Parts: sequence; structure tokens; C-alpha cells
Amino acid sequence: MAYEVNGQVVEHDEEGYIVNLSDWSRELAEEIAKTENIEMTDEHWEVVNFLRDYYEEYQIAPAVRVLIKAIKKSMGPEKGNNKYMYELFPYGPAKQACKIAGLPKPTGCV
Amino acid sequence: MADGNNDIEQQIRDALDVPCLKPGAMEGLKPFVAAPEHQEKLGFPGELVPDWKEKALAKMKDLAEKNRAFQVYLDACVKCGACTDKCHYFLGTGDPKNMPVARQDLLRSVYRRYFTFAGKYFPWLVGARDLTEEVLEEWYSYYHQCSECRRCSVFCPYGIDTAEITMAAREILDHIGVGQKYSNEIIGKVKSVGNNLGLNPKALRATLEDLEEDIEDDTGISVRIPLDEKGADILLVTPSADFFAEPHIDGLIGYAKVFHETGASWTLSSYASEAANFGLFIGSYENMREIALRIRKAAEDLGVKRIIFGECGHAWRVAYSFLNTLAGPFDFLDQNYPIPQHILEYTWDAIQKGQLKLDKSRNDHLTLTYHDSCNVARASRMGDMPGGQFEIPRNVIKAVCNNFYEMDRDTIRESTLCCGGGGGLLTDDLMDLRIKGASPRMKALQQVTEDHGVTHMAAICAICKTQFSKVMPKYGYDMDSIVSVHQLVSNAIILTGQETEEDEQNEEEAA
Repeated sequence: MAYEVNGQVVEHDEEGYIVNLSDWSRELAEEIAKTENIEMTDEHWEVVNFLRDYYEEYQIAPAVRVLIKAIKKSMGPEKGNNKYMYELFPYGPAKQACKIAGLPKPTGCV
Repeated sequence: MADGNNDIEQQIRDALDVPCLKPGAMEGLKPFVAAPEHQEKLGFPGELVPDWKEKALAKMKDLAEKNRAFQVYLDACVKCGACTDKCHYFLGTGDPKNMPVARQDLLRSVYRRYFTFAGKYFPWLVGARDLTEEVLEEWYSYYHQCSECRRCSVFCPYGIDTAEITMAAREILDHIGVGQKYSNEIIGKVKSVGNNLGLNPKALRATLEDLEEDIEDDTGISVRIPLDEKGADILLVTPSADFFAEPHIDGLIGYAKVFHETGASWTLSSYASEAANFGLFIGSYENMREIALRIRKAAEDLGVKRIIFGECGHAWRVAYSFLNTLAGPFDFLDQNYPIPQHILEYTWDAIQKGQLKLDKSRNDHLTLTYHDSCNVARASRMGDMPGGQFEIPRNVIKAVCNNFYEMDRDTIRESTLCCGGGGGLLTDDLMDLRIKGASPRMKALQQVTEDHGVTHMAAICAICKTQFSKVMPKYGYDMDSIVSVHQLVSNAIILTGQETEEDEQNEEEAA
């Protein structure tokens, strides 16, 4: 189970989350997004970048609410809401966006 | 009878309609198997052991000897058929192996072969069969199509509890090296980080501070959500989903507002930042105990007098029914309060004492119904009256909402239907099963939507909330049609000193 980017092989788990977080690159994110049927736009990148910054600071993805608040600040209320997040990432901003951002899957009752 | 069509719109008929049989419909469904690292953290072999057959039979013997109920359940079934149409996974999939009696028989047939006289000598007469690799595969598949909700046991004249058999089967599988990734990875995280999510103390603190900010922005009142505060009176143990997911987090805000208004001294713990106890789901006493002991240690370290549990179904079963056995005695806590207490008991008490200023009209945009969570309904109680686990949540909802209607009596209270994601099945690799298993509940909901215009369903379990927010869109509801009970409380509470829109209007008029 692996993605291929620029001739490099990047291992992922059964669900498509990359195994070594340091393998992540923008090109890889585009590749993962493709397998999720998502075409990365500036808005997608805004979310992915926020997730990565947050992860760097806290070693975990933010709560959906925290993400939405941050997006509201940077992109305005018409985009900083749950509905818009699901338009961007139909399988959920937490799981699908984390996968593209190269972060571990949030586990538990979520 | 439904016509067995998979098209969900066509299935929307009576919630409990028996489907056409579809033998083998769910055969081979197999959630991801735990990796060796997940297994070993829990004290299980990393992968299938070479002498798996002997080990499995030895474990079965051990369980039958130690757990009398398990042995009685295996021996007592008379094949009366009362349970056959009581499982939501059978109703949703039509697969006859999802009939509770058939699920039990997957294990019972092996038990008979090796541990009963008739099965040893005349296996063909008593439905006894050898333990083979195919049987093992079947166990793994169908014991991960049971959410341990115990609805079938309510209708069994002998009270046979399929959940116990499912738990035993998973325990046997774990002991020969075949665990389920979802549950076992999560239990490992509780042991290393303190919660299912893997939320570390720094991130937890940041999240709580963020929520405090939200409440203040929203109400103008500073409401605290304390973490690791030594000397607090109350330790709140809540599912970590309350720190992360929607609508759970709105429930957490509700708890905080109730504690604020009652002037309680309370705290969360980063060490015991999880109410859930997946040790129950895999039938592992040792793992369940280890998780429960974290709560005891947090209570002792923080020096609290009381322990209160947030909205989490199976956590309340473990807390109410087993906590004292697993981690007691709790003689260091204040004996004047229930040990442990449920947040709904606390809130209902505060409402009755008139400690909360509530404006029900703030929930007028919602028309509600209530989904009894299986583990609360059938494996616990609340308050000091029989049936309190049914009445108290409803009392609270009715105290904070004007519009409330019940679903069909056969689908609520002790007969409640599982959300379809309980018992360790709330994982993406079982999404098809989850959607199908939710269909009886969804039909019952659609009925009250048609009859009474119900728009939202309230629940008090983190699993139910996540499951419904994922599957409701498949049944024509928005994902936010599932709400936390304390989210409704939060909507209705007017905090002391909080200016309402009416106040503002009056001020404007006065000016």
C-alpha cells in the first residue's frame, strides 16, 4: 500500500493515511486528494495548511470547531462554517483533510 | 414485508418490518485487523499463534468456567425464535446470521463439539461442529456485526445476552492474535496518552481555553472549563469526543454552564481524559480494569470528593455497574452523593432546585425526539427510581424545550434500537454495516418527522452522536440533526448576568 510521487514510493495504511509523517509534500497531498476525488483549490490548501501548523504545535489535529473558527478568521464567515467545510471535504474536515495533510487519523468516537 | 431492495428510500416503512432473508448478504465483511504493535500493547499476541486451535478452546473453557452466565447462555437456548427479528443488523441487512440466535450459534456449535457429551459423540445430532479456519473467519466477521446493544436479550425468555457471547468471542480472538484494529488501537492510546483521541494535555488545555473564549464571546460571561485543578470538589470524566467532535462539544459547553450556574468547584483531568472504556467491547476484564483505574488515580491525585460522568453510553454502563468492582472501594469520596453520578442526574437536580434560569423558547426552532442509548437504557440506571435512566433525560429535555415527541414505543426505552455504531463498530471500514444497521432507528425517526414534524434527535452517547451525524444524511437529514442533551440545556440557560436580546431591546426602548 503506497502512493507514488515523482518516482518516490510513500507507504500508507489500509485507509490511506501515510505511515511516516515526514514523507509528506505538497505533491503528495495533491496525489492523496486525487484518490479522494478532491481537486485541491486555494480553500483546500488554507485548511490543510492550518491543520499542519496546528499539528506542529500540538501533535494532534484541532477540534472541528477550532478549525472552523480559524477559517472564519482567515476566509470570512461565509466559508468559516461546518457546511462549507463538508463541501470542501465531503468525508469530513477532520478525517479527510487530515489524510491529505499527512496527519494521523483522529481515533475514538469521532 | 419489505422487498429486500437496498434502496434506502424504499426501506422507509415500519421500523420493525422483517426483511426478506438474504443468506450470505454480509458474509466476509471483515474490519481491519489490529497490527502486532496494537495487539502487544494490550497484552495479546501480535498475530495468529501457531497453536491457535488449542489456545482458542482453552480460552473458551476458561471463560465458561469463570463466567457462569456465559456457560448458561451457551447451554440454555431452546431455539424458540423470539430473538430472530430483534437485531437492528438483521433488520437492516436481512442476513440470517445476524439473527441473535444464529450469531450465538457460531460459537455455541463449537462449544457443543468440545465441551458437551452429545457434541463429542454425536455432533451431527446437536449442531456441533469442529473449530476450523473457516469458523474463525466467520467469528471475526459476524462478531464484528454485533454492537453488544442487548436488545435481543430483552425479548429472550431465558434472558440470553448475545453481547456476552460476542464479548467472549472477541476475547478468544484477541488471545490467539486476531484483534480488531479500531478497538485495540484506541485502547492502546488510552494507556499511553489518556484518551481515545490521543489528545495530549497541552492540546487539551488549548482546546478548553478556546471553548472558554467561545462561551464568553457568545454570552458575555466568563465560564471556566478547569483542567487538572487540585482540590476541586468534582472530577468530570467525559468522552474525549466531547473535546473534538460536533455536536459533542456543544454538550461539554452545556456541562460547563450548569456547573457555573450551580457554583460548583469542578475539574477535568488530563490523565483520565476519557470516559469511554473499550475494554468492555472486547470482553477484556484486564484492559477494562486498567482503564477504570486511571479514573481512580485521577480522583485520588486531584483530591476530589465526587466523580461525575459526561454523556457517554457504555462508559455509564461501566461506571454504574462495574466501577466499584474494577477500581473500588471509593471510600475516599463523599458518601453523600452517588458514586459515580451522571451529569444528567446533576443537571436534573439543579433544575428541580431552581438553580438554573431556563428559557425554553430558545429551543423553539427545534422539534425534538429522544434516542435512548442502548447501554444507558439496558445496562444501567439513573437517580433513585426504577426507570430513572429513561425519565431523567426526558425530564431534562422537557425542562429546556417546548417541542418534544416520542418515537414508536417499541423502539425506545428498554426496547430502544441501537444507533448502528456501538460496541466497537464505529469505524469507517464498517460504514456499509453502520448505514444498514441504523435503518430501523431512522425509520422510527422518519415516522415522527412525518407525524409531528420532528426536526432533531437528542442523545447522550458519544458513539450515537458520531454515528448519527455520519449516517443521517443517507436518510434525508442534515448531519446536525443529532444533538447533545446538554447542548439543548446550553441553548436554554440564561447565565447570571447575561444580557438577553430582550434586555437589549428594553434598554434601547428606555434610551
